[in-house]
Amino acid sequence: MHLNDLLTAIEASPIATAVRENTWLFPTIESIHVLSIALVVGTIMIVDFRLINVVGRRRPVSELMRETLPWTWGAFVAAVITGSLLFSSSAMKYAHNWQFEAKMLMLLLAGLNMAIFHLGSYRSVALWDRNAMTPTGARIAGGVSLLIWVTVVSLGRWIGFATN
Amino acid sequence: MIPAFCDWLSSTAVSMVIQNVYWIIPTVQTVHILAIATVMASIVMLDFRLLGVSAHGQTIPDVAHRFLPWVWTAVAVLFTSGSLLIIAEPGRDLLNTVFYLKMSLLACVLVITFGFQVLVRRDGEFWEHRRAIARITAVVSLSLWVGIVICGRWIAYAAHG
Repeated sequence: MHLNDLLTAIEASPIATAVRENTWLFPTIESIHVLSIALVVGTIMIVDFRLINVVGRRRPVSELMRETLPWTWGAFVAAVITGSLLFSSSAMKYAHNWQFEAKMLMLLLAGLNMAIFHLGSYRSVALWDRNAMTPTGARIAGGVSLLIWVTVVSLGRWIGFATN
Repeated sequence: MIPAFCDWLSSTAVSMVIQNVYWIIPTVQTVHILAIATVMASIVMLDFRLLGVSAHGQTIPDVAHRFLPWVWTAVAVLFTSGSLLIIAEPGRDLLNTVFYLKMSLLACVLVITFGFQVLVRRDGEFWEHRRAIARITAVVSLSLWVGIVICGRWIAYAAHG
């Protein structure tokens, strides 16, 4: 099956049709998407600013992550579900929009950056948990993460302008 | 009178620039969303501590001291970026009922947040001793912020043009 056939099938599904044609469904799902993104990005920033030693330097990193990560993941799941619904309504249009493609790529990079951090610097977190100064690896991970998420939000906003 | 003001504002040089340079509005909106993210995450941390659900290791004044400055800074950024968006397309907001609903909810939550801050500064134990009021304040504050974000998204759909 060609990718475009799949996209057409997604668009023709009853859910996609409802999101596309119902006047209040799209803005409602979009509102939940924005709320989810706010929580994902906001909670990630709290951790990233600690990792690059800007704020919250007296808090143990692991404790901060225990507090914020359930919010990050819960909101991320909500963002993926609502985002998929919005995508389905015009799958063909979004899939061939470069801002959308770049946003997906950025999300992949965000995951990769997180994986590297968890398999790298974070394994020795017990050694630097309470230090105001975090190790180089953690600082790079925090800085890269901030850049990636600002880009994700920016690309997401541009999708709306490019596809209108 | 308001429509005339909108017409005048959208014909000013600064409005014209924002309207005609294609990247300004999406960029200002991106900054607006990032500031919303800052407010929402800070408010969730603070209000869920008030609810007694999270951050048990920290006192309410600790959490307030840590997150409230971020809320106020982000509100200033939201005010600035929001004003630029109004200057660019005055009619989209100033002739829009949802916009006024959003501003009303915002006024309420800013008063509540300021009151909360004054009380926590005056007496660090204030909220610890008034669990019920603390919980109600948290629920009202969270609901108002969620309502503000939802209204913000709906402005685009309720706009008269």
